[in-house]
Amino acid sequence: MATELFLAASFQGLIQQLVFGIATGGLFASLALALVLIYRAMETLNFAQGEMATFTTFIAFTLLTSLHLPYWLVFPVTVALAIVLGVLVERVIIRPVERAPVLTLVLVTIGLFGIFNGLMGIIWGYVVRPFPSPLPTTPILLGGVGISYQDVGLIAVSTVVLVLVWLFFTRTRVGLMMRASALYPEVSRLLGVRVGWMLALGWGLAAGVGAVSGMLVAPIEVLDPNMMQSILLYAFTAAVLGGLDSPVGAVVGGLAVGVILALVGTYIPGAGELRVAFGFLVIILVLVFKPGGFFGRVQVERV
Amino acid sequence: MPLLELENVTASYGAVKALHDISLNVAEGSVVAMLGANGAGKTTTLRAISGTVKVVGSIRFDDRPITGLAPEEVARRGIAHVPEGRGILAQMTVLENLQMGACLRRDRAGIKADLDRIFGYFPWMSGRTGSTAALLSGGEQQMLALARALMMKPRLLLLDEPSLGLAPTVVRSIFDIIARINREEGVTILLVEQNAKLALRAAKHAYVLEVGEIAVSGSGQELVRNESVRKSYLGY
Amino acid sequence: MAGLDRRFIGWGAGAFALLLAILGPLALLGKFTTLEFAYVWAFAIAIVGLNLLIGFTGQISLGNSAFMAVSGYCTAILVTRAGWSPLATIPVAAGLATLGGVLIGIPALKLKGLYLGLATFALAFSVPSIIRYARFDSFTGGSQGIFITGAGKDPFGLVDSGQLTSEQWLYYLALVLLVAFFLFTRAVLRSDVGRALRSIRDGETVAVAHGVNLTYYKTLAFALSALMAGVAGSLDAMATSYVGPDSFDINVAFALLVGAAVGGLGTQVGPILGAVFSVWAPIYTQRGIFKSSPAIVFGLFLILLMYFMPQGAVGGFYRLLGLRDRIRARLVAAPVGPTSPQPTPADPPPHPRPDP
Repeated sequence: MATELFLAASFQGLIQQLVFGIATGGLFASLALALVLIYRAMETLNFAQGEMATFTTFIAFTLLTSLHLPYWLVFPVTVALAIVLGVLVERVIIRPVERAPVLTLVLVTIGLFGIFNGLMGIIWGYVVRPFPSPLPTTPILLGGVGISYQDVGLIAVSTVVLVLVWLFFTRTRVGLMMRASALYPEVSRLLGVRVGWMLALGWGLAAGVGAVSGMLVAPIEVLDPNMMQSILLYAFTAAVLGGLDSPVGAVVGGLAVGVILALVGTYIPGAGELRVAFGFLVIILVLVFKPGGFFGRVQVERV
Repeated sequence: MPLLELENVTASYGAVKALHDISLNVAEGSVVAMLGANGAGKTTTLRAISGTVKVVGSIRFDDRPITGLAPEEVARRGIAHVPEGRGILAQMTVLENLQMGACLRRDRAGIKADLDRIFGYFPWMSGRTGSTAALLSGGEQQMLALARALMMKPRLLLLDEPSLGLAPTVVRSIFDIIARINREEGVTILLVEQNAKLALRAAKHAYVLEVGEIAVSGSGQELVRNESVRKSYLGY
Repeated sequence: MAGLDRRFIGWGAGAFALLLAILGPLALLGKFTTLEFAYVWAFAIAIVGLNLLIGFTGQISLGNSAFMAVSGYCTAILVTRAGWSPLATIPVAAGLATLGGVLIGIPALKLKGLYLGLATFALAFSVPSIIRYARFDSFTGGSQGIFITGAGKDPFGLVDSGQLTSEQWLYYLALVLLVAFFLFTRAVLRSDVGRALRSIRDGETVAVAHGVNLTYYKTLAFALSALMAGVAGSLDAMATSYVGPDSFDINVAFALLVGAAVGGLGTQVGPILGAVFSVWAPIYTQRGIFKSSPAIVFGLFLILLMYFMPQGAVGGFYRLLGLRDRIRARLVAAPVGPTSPQPTPADPPPHPRPDP
């Protein structure tokens, strides 16, 4: 009897950790997808993706707490604002260096990192704030296992967003144009596509997806300007694992990272603090041994 | 009034001049050919028109200047350029390639009708819409590129060496289709070809480029009878 | 300007600056500023190293702060736990850092450009959490860090006897080391090694074709830059008298990078100017609206720099003087700004570009 209870309890715990892992995985997948979107469009990594996401989350926070707008309104409005922000950033800041070498682009996105982080510090300060959550905190009971609304909400929203993005790219005209522009910019131009604006739209979408991940994290962690930094690292890990040019890889990678981190954190004592280092290790191992990731293609170096 | 007018157009790649002060006209509804050896500047001329290469001089389309416009803007004016190498979207499907041709259009019924017409020209395509374009044969890819350009409903079609690398039977059917397109849809065609015999047969008017300059111009028949053209390009 | 004139002016200016630097603490600078400049010299050493790696060997490394952390903590531990004199810890700490550089150099051999940048970014980012790891607490003092008493003491008893303040000691120590490493790097860059490094930067395939051993030289570049970062880390620890998990976090990595870029990647004097910028800009911007955010200044500066003067301050200066050819031979082939000739979309590939 005692053994059965023990097994049941640890099984329960395992399920909970798995659900938690999938939930955080959805988070990493979203931000990783944003990174992959920009990478596919211009073969560069936006080191500021996390900061942009936090920035838009702060905007959501202001809408919620200062203007007291309802959550169901704030969410889409913030995503829309984020898309506009992404487009603006690309057109104003990235455009002059679109064709610049890798180092320049890396430096510019790092500069963006600083600017957004600094802006948040100036406007909102480095005070840590709680972010209101639209979901109740009581757990749901599914077959005897207690799962939090947060986790379910995370999984649900991430899934919806990822499906919507997938539908956008595969089923819409603009999505098709964006895919073609990323892979074949010169030919797309001959077909009349304004490739520059497709790039801007890519940044916009990436920012929008990032905003979603930011708003999903904020109720769980506390909101402060540095909120997304470790998540950015995990998103990089997920993107590298899945293959930097593969959106599917980003999602699978995100889920994998989420689940592994959850399991490692629970079942290997003390390893929780080393999670970030673990991310680094995965990045370097994958880049060295399987540079295309598990779903991507090996890229020829951009000169 | 010609649909396309080039006047004193000079194009350079860095320090190297590829086109020296060339002038040519293309009348609406006609098929015009550009002949010449490799490196003569044929491809550069098409690139100049579609805006892919920067030029000095005047290029007018439908009596409006298009010199200096970005390629996407030139395309939006109704000029479809099928580039050297065909430029198909290799990783995407046949249908997606065709859809990209229509990507600027909003008239869904019109697009559907055009697709049907395209499948009329290229019956094999309707069964292969889901295939990845990279898996098509050379001839099929050329036809796909042509079909995609037609989906743009262009007024002027720029074709760069449609016969390149293709078997003679395939080439013949492509040229038949080119003639059909011109006849049935009234699309003006500027055709660059190394295969002079085919080109002269298809074209009403032709230009011969040599080292970036127009050496000879005239109707197809005139050029066939021209002795130096015969010797250099027709082999007899 | 003839080559000889140029060199004379260059050395003259350098000597003058050095003279100023030596006299500074004695005559001009107050206690606090002296210490600030000790930081500047220490940081400059790290940036000289980073510049060697990025600007002259073309390896994008964002993680040299990790090497600083290794040596900083090594110094702290040896001084507080084993009673070493701070000066004596430098060789050991820097040696450890160099080892770290070699270790990182190994996987780095296979990574290029963006991927190397990403991997080193991840490294720099994970440093604070590794330090915080509970198991290492007995070593690292965990989240609280290590307070280093006696960090500002010299083994010659000058500070104890009052001949120098500890700030002055640290200042001159850092300055001497900076001059030493500056000259050392200069010598390396002028030698065959330097030529090999530059050839790697300018194109690895060509370098290999010319018989350059990539493994050896890349590892060497990483090792040297880690060595200098290590020296800087020790000095930093001594100047602050404290090391903590956030002492060498991602912000330090960015500050190094910004300093290298602002000064001028691929120039030799650039790192020093860059260090001045990296240390002083945040201090100056603490006033006014930028109160809490040096990051925003760094960010803005970096972006504007990439637009208008990607060669950095010194590189831009050389350009102004019309030393174009010299730059082309020396500077990173990389940063191209809107001022540089862009390949027009017109440039055709000789063959239809195979779409991937």
